[in-house]
Amino acid sequence: MRLDVMKTYKLYIGGAFPRSESGRSYELKDKKGNFVANPALASRKDLRDAVVAARSAFNGWSHATAFNRGQILYRIAEMLEGRSLQFIEEISALEGVSQTSAKKQVQEAIDLWVWYAGWCDKISTSAGGTNPIAGPYYNFTIPEPLGVVGVIAEEKESLLGLTRGLAPVIAGGNTAVLIASESAPLPAITLAEVLATSDLPGGVVNILTGKRSELVPWLAGHMEVDGIDISGVAKTLDGEIKRAGSENLKRIHRFNKDVSPNRMLSFMEYKTVWHPIGI
Amino acid sequence: MKSLIDGSESSLRAFLDNLPGVDKVGAEGRAAMLATRSIKTTSKAKAIDLAIKMVDLTTLEGADTPGKVKSLCAKGFRPDPTDASVPHVGAICVYNDMVEIARKHLDSIGGQDIPVAAVSTAFPSGRASMEVKLRDTKDAIEAGASEIDMVIDRGAFLSGRIGEVFEEIREIKSLCGDRAHLKVILETGELATYDNVRKASYLAMLAGADFIKTSTGKVTPAATAPVVLVMLEAVRDFYKLTGQRIGVKPAGGIRTTKDAIKQLVLVNETAGPEWLTPDLFRIGASALLNDLLMQRMKLRDGRYSGSNYVTVD
Repeated sequence: MRLDVMKTYKLYIGGAFPRSESGRSYELKDKKGNFVANPALASRKDLRDAVVAARSAFNGWSHATAFNRGQILYRIAEMLEGRSLQFIEEISALEGVSQTSAKKQVQEAIDLWVWYAGWCDKISTSAGGTNPIAGPYYNFTIPEPLGVVGVIAEEKESLLGLTRGLAPVIAGGNTAVLIASESAPLPAITLAEVLATSDLPGGVVNILTGKRSELVPWLAGHMEVDGIDISGVAKTLDGEIKRAGSENLKRIHRFNKDVSPNRMLSFMEYKTVWHPIGI
Repeated sequence: MKSLIDGSESSLRAFLDNLPGVDKVGAEGRAAMLATRSIKTTSKAKAIDLAIKMVDLTTLEGADTPGKVKSLCAKGFRPDPTDASVPHVGAICVYNDMVEIARKHLDSIGGQDIPVAAVSTAFPSGRASMEVKLRDTKDAIEAGASEIDMVIDRGAFLSGRIGEVFEEIREIKSLCGDRAHLKVILETGELATYDNVRKASYLAMLAGADFIKTSTGKVTPAATAPVVLVMLEAVRDFYKLTGQRIGVKPAGGIRTTKDAIKQLVLVNETAGPEWLTPDLFRIGASALLNDLLMQRMKLRDGRYSGSNYVTVD
């Protein structure tokens, strides 16, 4: 007879795994009503800390070479592959789906990380380019990362949904604050363990678990946040979020399970450079 | 003021040696306990404004330029250009050669009330002859500095030549006279023990310091909470002995509003509320002001502010 050593599911902020500053947690049960875990119930102060961490990681991550970012994203896929079983278990317990369908979700998520890893060093040549102009200048346009982007993960398909949101954001060179699925947050925190061992610098991705109704209004109003992916929020809240986000002209986008380089470009800004010829 | 020593080195040594030792565990425990106080809403708003008034807005870089010093002065005078209700800072703290530029610029923008503090006596190491240190200080005062932040000779203090340290402070103090306030930097990060911090605090106060300051900001650790606690206890007890209130200035490592408010709690609970004024408590900082402003905006607007809405220093 041996006592199980249960994992404490904590937050992921600035490369560390703190408990919520508020000390709160909430109880998670599987579809049959059995206790699963007590993940942290993040407060707005945890959100603030996460944004601070994301901002301070931005300079390093956005200036890392695109090739290096691609390598790190690929590394995330490698690490995920090795931990597949854990994700399959968490997904099937919390989402009430079969092992087979959980496995399919995990594999799709891994493939998606690899796909976006490939896009890292291709996006600027695909979306940018030289512009034909009538004057003695070289003129070219390149997409650059926006800054700190909030990602509110899709509620269902906990791992795949959050990968659809998170991967394009960091592939483009942004840093992210991710609010995990409320009913199935465990894969997000297990992903944090993957990220922490994938050479991803601390603070590039920060993961919060808790109530969206509590966190999203603060995220939307936060002046340090430059964009939000609201795919995981009920459509009825669109107006409220956009109003709160208008003060600093946040890019606020909703994607319908899209997998596309356009998702990267939604959180990038075009910079055009005029360079005189002959100097 | 009652005289605690008769002026001889032996009486000074006897006085300092008779000081009780610092209870290290107790001091650290108390500082940690006080750091858990929660200051919210209206109290927080008051604490933020008080902290802004106490900031000695500092730039002490080899790369300082007149332009940078001027923009620092403008920021110290009107920390948030969009909000006139933000008070001005306690002082502008610069190197010797920037004093005149700072003084003139402050006067020209209406900041006559804001003193200019100069770091002096071969800051930050203090490794120069007495002649040079005196000249350094004289230059700063003549250029318009009304506060002098001098460093002590830590080498002399640590090797037991306390008479030398005492004499240095006394000479600088007599040079300052009524023209400038004297802050004595103990550089606690180099003093090794809390007992030394207590001794150096009394030494500086006995020699005539108006303020005792923790650090230059060039050495870590700088203004840790237990060190500030020990220094606050020293000024409190010195007041009981002599009836004279000496100020305290922590400097270095205080970067967030939370850190600053912790310092204010320490002051209130150790030295007492009489010390909660810019005349007796200052915070040496550069990055802190931006965080205080962002927190102030948050209280005003109800949403978290961002670094794009304060100046880049």
